[in-house]
Amino acid sequence: MKNIKTIAKPTLKNTKSNGCGECQTSCQSACKTSCTVANQECENTKRR
Amino acid sequence: MIHKYQYKDQYLVLDINSGAVHVVNQIVYDILDYYKESPLEEIPELLIEKYGRNDIVEALEDIKYLVDNEMLYSDDSQVTLDMLEGRGAVIKAMCLHVAHDCNMNCKYCFGDKGAFEGVRSLLSLETGMKAIDFLLTNSGTRRNLEIDFFGGEPLMNFDVVKKLVEYGRKEEQVYDKNIRFTITTNGLLLDDAKTDYINENMDNVILSIDGRPEVNDAMRRTVSDKGTYEIITRNYLRFVEKRKGTYYVRGTFTRDNLDFSNDVKHLADLGFKNVSVEPVVTDPSFGYALQDEDKELIFREYDKLTDLYLDYAKNGQKFEFFHFNLDLNQGPCVVKRVSGCGAGTEYVAVSPEGDIYPCHQFVGNQDFKLGNLYEEHFENNRYDEFNKAHIYNKENCRECWAKFYCSGGCHANALHMNQDILKPYELGCELEKKRIECAIAIKAILSCEE
Repeated sequence: MKNIKTIAKPTLKNTKSNGCGECQTSCQSACKTSCTVANQECENTKRR
Repeated sequence: MIHKYQYKDQYLVLDINSGAVHVVNQIVYDILDYYKESPLEEIPELLIEKYGRNDIVEALEDIKYLVDNEMLYSDDSQVTLDMLEGRGAVIKAMCLHVAHDCNMNCKYCFGDKGAFEGVRSLLSLETGMKAIDFLLTNSGTRRNLEIDFFGGEPLMNFDVVKKLVEYGRKEEQVYDKNIRFTITTNGLLLDDAKTDYINENMDNVILSIDGRPEVNDAMRRTVSDKGTYEIITRNYLRFVEKRKGTYYVRGTFTRDNLDFSNDVKHLADLGFKNVSVEPVVTDPSFGYALQDEDKELIFREYDKLTDLYLDYAKNGQKFEFFHFNLDLNQGPCVVKRVSGCGAGTEYVAVSPEGDIYPCHQFVGNQDFKLGNLYEEHFENNRYDEFNKAHIYNKENCRECWAKFYCSGGCHANALHMNQDILKPYELGCELEKKRIECAIAIKAILSCEE
C-alpha cells in the first residue's frame, strides 16, 4: 500500500484460546512497581 | 477502537483490538479524524483544500482494505468472558521475602525500610521450603514457575537462599516443573562469591541503583546514612562483566530528579546494557512524590530518552530500556493481556512469617493477607476479587487505548492511591501510555529505516 506501512500484524486476533499460562509474571521481571504486560515474552513455541 | 499520534515526522495508528500497528502518511492520518463520523463520500470535500482528490480517494481505499481485513476499527469479539474470568488461574509465581531487614535506609522505600510494617526478621529455611512446596503443589499443570528472592535485602540471608535453590532444584524434578529463580538486590553485599553463585543459579537479577551519584546517594543510603553509589557501582560492574544471563539495573525516579533521562544515560554510559528506571509511587504528601503538574515535564523526559535510545542503538552502543521492549509481532497472547499482572490469582508474595499476600506491595497489609503456609489448607478468599479486576471491569480501562499493553495497571498502586483495586492510579496510567507511545515510535522509526 502506498499510504500505509503495517509494522505489527493483528496478532491479538490469532490467539483465541485460553492461553498456556507458561509465560513470566510481569511484575517479576524488572519493574516491581508499574505494569507493562506487552513487553513480556510468549513461551508458547507453537505460536512462533 | 484506534489510537493515533504523531512522533516527530512519524504518523502512527494503533488498532487496539487486533494489536495491528500502522505507520501512515499525513493524508491517512487526517482522514482518520473523519472516517467514522462522516459519510465516506463527503470526506474528500472535507480535505480538498489540503490534498488532491485522487490522493484522498487512494488513501480511503487503503483504509478500507485494513478495515475489511480486521486491522483497523476491529472489534474485540475474540475476548470472551471465559478468557477473562474462567481461566482457573493457578499460582505460578512467588515473590519470596527472604529478609524483612535491610542494610540500606532508602528514603522512598515502600517496604518500611525492609520491615514491611512488621518486625525485622529473616526467612527460615523451614518456612522457605514450605513456600517452595506451596508453589509446587498449587501450580496445577503449569510447568514454568518463578521464585523471586526479595526483601528487604535478600543477600542478608544468602545461606538460606542457596539452600532454597538447592531444595527447589531437587523438588522440581519430583513435580516435573521448571523453577526460574531470580533475585532483587541493593548490591551492598554483592561480593565475588555471591556474584559467582547468582550467575550460576539465577535466571534474572535485578540490581537496584538510581543513576547519577548525587541522585542515587540522595535516596539510597546506608543505615549509617552514607551514600551507596560508589560501592554498588563497583559491585554491579564486576557482576555484569561476568554475567551471562539476563539482568537489569533498576532505578526509581522521583520529583527530585525529573530529568531522569540523564540517569538512564549515566547507567548506559557505565556499560549496563539492560536498564529500567521507574516512577516512584508513594504518598502524594511526600516532597519527592510525583505530582500531576509534573506530567508534561516527565513526558518530555521520555521523549529525550527515546532520542537517546535511538542514538545509542544507531551508534553501536545499544542498551535496553525495560519499558521500551515491546514485541509487537510475537508478544503475549490476548489472554495474558487481559489477565494482567496476576497478583492475587497466579502471583503471590510470602513473608518471613509464612504469610501469603497477593503481591509484594500488599505485604504487611493485614486486610489482604490470604493465608499462612503453616495453615493446613489454603483457600484464596480474594481470588474472585482479583480475578475480576480486569480491564473490562475497570471503568477507566474499558475505553482506554492502552488496555492491551498495560493490562489494567498495578492493583496495589490503585489501592494505595484510590482505595480501590478497580480504580487505576491516573498519573501512573498517563506515564505508562507515554512510555508505550515512545516504545512503538522506536519500533516504527527503526522499521522505516530498515
